[in-house]
Amino acid sequence: MADDKKPRKPTLPPGMGGKSAAAGGKLPPGKRPAPTLPPGKSASATLPPGKRPPAKLPPGKRPPGKLPPGKRPPGARPPGVGGDGASGLTRADFSTDQDVRWCPGCGDYAILATVQRLMPEIDTPKENVVFISGIGCSSRFPYYMKTYGMHSIHGRAPTIATGLKASRPELDVWIVTGDGDGLSIGGNHLIHLMRRNVNVQLLLFNNQIYGLTKGQYSPTSEKGKVTKSTPFGSIDHPFNPSALVLGADATFVARTMDRDPKHLKRMLRETHDHRGTGFLEIYQNCNIFNDGAFFEYTEKATKSDRTIFVENGKPLVYAGGTMGLRLNGLKLEPIDLTGDKWSKDDCLVHDETSVELAGVIGRMFRVDTLPQPFGVFYRVSRPTYEDQLHSQIQDVLDRRGKGKLGELLNSGDTWEVSG
Amino acid sequence: MELKTVESIPEATILFAGDSGDGMQLTGSQFTLATAYAMNDLATLPDFPAEIRAPAGTTYGVSGFQLHFGSVNIQTPGDEVDLLVAMNPAALKVNLERVRKGGSVLVNTSAFDKRSLDLAGYDENPLENDSLEGYQLIRVELTKLTREALKDSDLNQKEIDRSKNMFALGLALWLYSRPVEPAERWISAKFAKKPDILEANLHLLKKGYHYGETTEQFVSRFEVDPASLEPGRYRAIQGVHALALGLLAASVESGLPLFYGSYPITPASDLLHTLSRYKQFGVMTFQAEDEIAAVGATIGAAFGGSLAVTGTSGPGVALKAEAIGLAHIMELPMVIVNMQRGGPSTGLPTKTEQSDLLQAMYGRNGDSSLPIVAPSTPGDCFEAAYEAARIAVTYMTPVMLLSDGYLANGSAPWLIPDPAELPSFPVKFATKTNATIEGEEVFHPYVRDRETLARPWAKPGTANLEHRIGGLEKQDETGNVSYDAANHEMMTRLREEKTDRVARDLPPLDIYGAKEGDVLVVGWGSTRGSIQAALDRLLAAGRSVGAVHLRHVNPLPLDLEEICGRYRELIVPELNNGQLVRILRDKYLLPFRSFTKIQGRPFMAGEIVSYVESVIDGGQDNG
Ligand code: SF4
Repeated sequence: MADDKKPRKPTLPPGMGGKSAAAGGKLPPGKRPAPTLPPGKSASATLPPGKRPPAKLPPGKRPPGKLPPGKRPPGARPPGVGGDGASGLTRADFSTDQDVRWCPGCGDYAILATVQRLMPEIDTPKENVVFISGIGCSSRFPYYMKTYGMHSIHGRAPTIATGLKASRPELDVWIVTGDGDGLSIGGNHLIHLMRRNVNVQLLLFNNQIYGLTKGQYSPTSEKGKVTKSTPFGSIDHPFNPSALVLGADATFVARTMDRDPKHLKRMLRETHDHRGTGFLEIYQNCNIFNDGAFFEYTEKATKSDRTIFVENGKPLVYAGGTMGLRLNGLKLEPIDLTGDKWSKDDCLVHDETSVELAGVIGRMFRVDTLPQPFGVFYRVSRPTYEDQLHSQIQDVLDRRGKGKLGELLNSGDTWEVSG
Repeated sequence: MELKTVESIPEATILFAGDSGDGMQLTGSQFTLATAYAMNDLATLPDFPAEIRAPAGTTYGVSGFQLHFGSVNIQTPGDEVDLLVAMNPAALKVNLERVRKGGSVLVNTSAFDKRSLDLAGYDENPLENDSLEGYQLIRVELTKLTREALKDSDLNQKEIDRSKNMFALGLALWLYSRPVEPAERWISAKFAKKPDILEANLHLLKKGYHYGETTEQFVSRFEVDPASLEPGRYRAIQGVHALALGLLAASVESGLPLFYGSYPITPASDLLHTLSRYKQFGVMTFQAEDEIAAVGATIGAAFGGSLAVTGTSGPGVALKAEAIGLAHIMELPMVIVNMQRGGPSTGLPTKTEQSDLLQAMYGRNGDSSLPIVAPSTPGDCFEAAYEAARIAVTYMTPVMLLSDGYLANGSAPWLIPDPAELPSFPVKFATKTNATIEGEEVFHPYVRDRETLARPWAKPGTANLEHRIGGLEKQDETGNVSYDAANHEMMTRLREEKTDRVARDLPPLDIYGAKEGDVLVVGWGSTRGSIQAALDRLLAAGRSVGAVHLRHVNPLPLDLEEICGRYRELIVPELNNGQLVRILRDKYLLPFRSFTKIQGRPFMAGEIVSYVESVIDGGQDNG
């Protein structure tokens, strides 16, 4: 599995709210009380309980210019906070005091900022929100969210999220994963999460590379990719994540990009609001190891021609309304809407509930003659795993009443031995 | 009128053996039930092939069920068999060596045709040469008698032949004067929807019982008086069921909902099956897509505040190792049940072994010492499971519970515990912030309890306690990610110290036999019965031996070292290639002798007796 070293010194770009570059990843001396344990001594001998220095963070730890996070006293919401959400909370309430350690310019920053901006608008109580990740650059995410969170092990976030959500259905559980974490080492869990339809959100930060381990090709890297582990080009055929999860009967499949914050935020919201597993693939630029992997779709010069933003009930048009897509037999065909031959009425109309259409759109994948689709490809409703789990339990409780331990222990064939 | 004489005996061992399709496990468990009704003490050893339907008639397809019962204290499934019921030549061939000289062998003579003899690898029919000399041979034409008894039935030939085990069961019940009603009740319930089969089975059961009365082959039958067990209400219980009940009891007493995540694996699947039926207790069971998902979901449930348990066998624990390490560094409570089986790799899936102790102890990356609890009898699985859950929650740590195939499948009479008498199981969730930074109230997830060193358990959903945990090293108290060198050393030691502190809560060890003297036998897990049966014989022979049995293998009980010092020789019997012995030598630097058996079967008491005697009498190298 990937190791967990920083790829670069975690210097933050200006305005990203980090510490000065000079501070780097090194802890300033005296930042925390030095452990009092001399090497070789048993902890019990030298650490009388309660004798440890209080965990006080030295002054100045928090970088200047950053809002002190979560200033509200326990149990109280600050009155009259002019937040951007109905909850009265603001983005700052969802930001931790941890230094964000992604490389400057990494697409992850935009995603983090957008999620933090979205959170106050979501009506789940803050304490019910949980972020769970695996291993990889994206998986550092939970450390920066001032909610409950777990940075787990490589590929396994969906399993942990499943256990948590199944046992605590009232929680709002988000999974943050990447193309290596979610599709390679954790591929099995990803597909099973989809078929079970646990009501969680899975954000797949796809940068088509292994960042944290410093630049090996990933299961979404294009064939022929030259990386440290493929000096002569990758011979692996890449996954198309949308097609993969559609194959696993996902109930919500969408795609967005780090460089379109508006669309990103809307997609995050829709993914969250879906009751069932929400699968959102986010094209994320890794400017260190795979810079520009998605520029064709994200940069101004080509974005309009090379992408199509699908919307339920609307015709499939792109390139500023000059191009459309129609079905010719079972094949998609780009049509020119500027001439006399075709009009919008000839275009295929998107229907999120059609699995056939989802297949067609999901399979529009890096085809030179077709634009790359973004938006919600598929959305249907199916009972969630945790609802079914608990309704089965409730059903038995209704029929048989609450179990009594003493009765169960004494059930079956018993006999008495008298004294 | 009773036509035969009745001979009273203190104990007996019976072994039913046949093809996997002959229903031997069912016959054995029904005989066990009847024996429980007769209020005998008992111990069982089911022994079946790894293949679900191994080719009929082959030696590797033989399935057996051994039962030792008596009016005396029964510790093991029996060293030697008094009565072997062999349904075919292969069953005879495989099991004859387990029958004591002079013991009885009941064979289904109808099955000794040329083809079956060939399949079993017999050159000659053993019933026709002198190979069974020295045994009481009881010839019964089981197949023929069964067909005759059911000649008016509507069942087809195959169904009729498959029912012959009921005839054998009836005969065995008669021979040992067991009640026939429990089996009748069971059959009636089981085949309530299949009246043909129901009637045929009941008819055969009776026919078998009456056959004993009428045939001239038996001059007498046996009787075994009720055992003098501690007063109370009993049931016969299989270890796996006791373990499930122990986990459930822990859930009820702690008020924590039970979450069980598991992936099917022999011999742990029965735990999943059993717990999945306890929905009226709110038990959540999750059959995962693989072993890792099972432990992952369990970690998620633990984070959410459930009593979280995952169960598997050795190969599954290997797959879960990384996640168990995660639970260890995150200091979340959970129980990992390992129903050990023969290893390495797939090994001997249906046979018992104690060979995952070192895996439980060391089988993770990094320094990660976990408490290890091991039940010693089928009934003890209840208490051990309860105890494992209590340690997990009290100390905020994953706990390894090492059962095995023998305990899981074996049954014994069980004094049903009174829920009111169970040790208390308090749970404290964090509800308040516990630190102040620059006047701001905050929650630090790694501030420890002074006594147990446990960190607080703050469930998601608790306002103001939002915190992040994960697999990266934690800064002491704040729980923030820390790469600080000295902090890592301290945290590693703290985690180990926390595990060590479990020993403070342990009751003093019980010494079985001599409190000091020539030999101390140190055992753990499922070998308790064999060791104590051996001790009984050694003590009766005037030997100066004592035994301690470890329920807690990590940390080791604090009084063990002192006890070891009271004996000249220290012997560690194990069903592996010597694992506990390494831990003990390492910890105490004492010359523990290792006595091992790695055959997928429990120790016979006699094997331990001989070894101990040879050590006392000299001539054993310290191996
Ligand atoms: S994804 Fe790339 S740019 Fe972002 S933190 Fe990782 S290595 Fe750096």
